[in-house]
Amino acid sequence: MKVLVLIKQVPDTATQVKVSADPRRIDTTGITWIVSPYDEFAIEEALRIKEKRGQGEVVTVTLGPDRAKEALRSCLAMGADRGIHVNDPAFEGADTLLAARVLAAVITREQPQLVLTGRQAIDDDMGAVGAQVAELLGWPCLSWIMEEAIADDGSKVRAGRQVEGGLELFDLPLPCLLTAQKGINEPRYPTLKGIMGAKKKEIKELKAADLGLGEVAPELEVVTLEALPPRPPGRILTGDPKDMARELVRALREDIKVV
Amino acid sequence: MAGAFWCLVEDDRQGRPKKVTAEVLGEAGRRAKELGAGVEAVWLTDQAAEDGLRQLAAWGAARVWLWEDAALAPYRGEVWAPVVAELAGKEAPRAIWGAVTSRQREFVARLAARLGVGLAADCVGFGLTDGQLVATRPVYAGKLLSKVRWKRTPWLATLRPNVFRVAEADESRTPAVERPALSVPQGGSTFVERREEAQTGLPELTEAEIVVSGGRGLKGPENFVLLEELAQVLGAAVGASRAAVDAGWRPHRFQVGQTGRTISPKLYIGCGISGAIQHLAGMRTSKVICAVNKDPEAPIFKIADFGLVGDLFEVVPLLREEFKKLKEKG
Ligand SMILES: Cc1cc2nc3c(=O)[nH]c(=O)nc-3n(C[C@H](O)[C@H](O)[C@H](O)COP(=O)(O)OP(=O)(O)OC[C@H]3O[C@@H](n4cnc5c(N)ncnc54)[C@H](O)[C@@H]3O)c2cc1C
Repeated sequence: MKVLVLIKQVPDTATQVKVSADPRRIDTTGITWIVSPYDEFAIEEALRIKEKRGQGEVVTVTLGPDRAKEALRSCLAMGADRGIHVNDPAFEGADTLLAARVLAAVITREQPQLVLTGRQAIDDDMGAVGAQVAELLGWPCLSWIMEEAIADDGSKVRAGRQVEGGLELFDLPLPCLLTAQKGINEPRYPTLKGIMGAKKKEIKELKAADLGLGEVAPELEVVTLEALPPRPPGRILTGDPKDMARELVRALREDIKVV
Repeated sequence: MAGAFWCLVEDDRQGRPKKVTAEVLGEAGRRAKELGAGVEAVWLTDQAAEDGLRQLAAWGAARVWLWEDAALAPYRGEVWAPVVAELAGKEAPRAIWGAVTSRQREFVARLAARLGVGLAADCVGFGLTDGQLVATRPVYAGKLLSKVRWKRTPWLATLRPNVFRVAEADESRTPAVERPALSVPQGGSTFVERREEAQTGLPELTEAEIVVSGGRGLKGPENFVLLEELAQVLGAAVGASRAAVDAGWRPHRFQVGQTGRTISPKLYIGCGISGAIQHLAGMRTSKVICAVNKDPEAPIFKIADFGLVGDLFEVVPLLREEFKKLKEKG
């Protein structure tokens, strides 16, 4: 079974993020880049599917500038078989729909039985690309999955999505798309052997012209990025626990009236 | 009316709209008024209660587009999206808004792809510039705010729960209900079963007005009972840090933060939580933040409105007593 995993390279949350001279973009100097954490759950799940079935191919796909190749290498080091890097200035400033159009075009070329991705990328936090890819392809999809099991004959997958108050299980015919939620698995760390081996694996670079998309432009535009307005300094209470508790409850009631 | 603001109804699966729907209708009402536009509700469900429809009218929906059919529950994107997209093609709404709930965040994304328009997910504010809507949304773990606008209508967006003021209810309004024909596509996914979570008797984390959250400082799963007792008094939900979840003290669905739930309650009380950036990403839009931590240097104190420096095992039971006294006084 061929499984495609859509991943995104994002700034590590621990690094500071500043707005650049162009107020629509962040300043990328000094940023540490990582594979978006939810995408790691997707990669891990794809590797487990391949291991369980004893055969198959895990192909990891990203859309991004030159540096995004590093994110693909990380996935190859975890065990993915090959990578596809869509790298073209024409796609700079892509919104979720443009990204979904590009990725759907790659999927159409590759014809996998299953596509996995994370529930959202932790940079723009849109959480839309997976569902939009499925819509463009006319596929069923299930978001925020906590478990999945592919039928032995490879015809369908039973997957459970997290919803308010429970888990909803569905049978989806293949091909389909699933987005991974934390809790589905524990992503593995790349081994030294994996890291060395990753260097030899294929990463194919694709340009806009290779995808036959014609003219594409983002539908949503960033007007500006702004630093968060600072929160007014808080009140720190110390001393006798009883006094603190009494004072807090009084202030919540009388001063700011939230309880 | 052409160019209306459409609000997608999130219901309780018993045929009644939830409070988030009143928030979406409330904000849509305010923005639509500035543009001289109307507000309408769009509801796909397997059952719509009569008082549920009246509720939507009371919250300001001049018209309710209703599809009521067993095939619509539970939500399936490939079934819902074509239904609403087709009507949107005829009616040309100016905006289509949902809430950040498990179904609507996916549904609105699919709808945007089907209509070929932009999507702004998880919005926390809106403004108008030259008759154009501009949305504000947190990005990069909530460290920055991004202002975005659409190239064309309908303006598709999801709204973060608990952020927007609910519509004022006017019970004298009656609903105008339209029931367009429904055609359900064949094939696709089939529903198997729903596994209910163990009932806690406490509100849902993402909808709760008050959240009491615990971290590694709680030392073990058994001590979460302290937070549950406090939550009981306050009618609050109980959340947890990733450290507490990864230690197996709480199920994943209770995790607050970047790789957990995003919440925006009126009051957040973090106990024994250090306040790592990934945790803040999930709760920093809470209106009032309180923290109990024995380390005066804990980063959570930097964003807390009230910081209690102390041992949570002493402070939390005392807080519970104080809140209880308050409730008893009424
Ligand atoms: C990719 C990624 C994603 C992540 N996503 C999330 C996420 O979604 N949510 C999240 O929470 N974290 C997330 N994290 C983890 C995050 O970085 C922190 O490790 C985590 O939040 C720490 O949890 P904690 O504050 O409970 O534990 P700790 O950092 O161990 O802090 C415990 C705190 O309790 C205090 N304490 C101890 N005993 C007591 C006592 N008796 N009374 C009072 N205070 C006491 C201590 O002073 C300390 O401040 C993520 C990390 C990564 C790398």
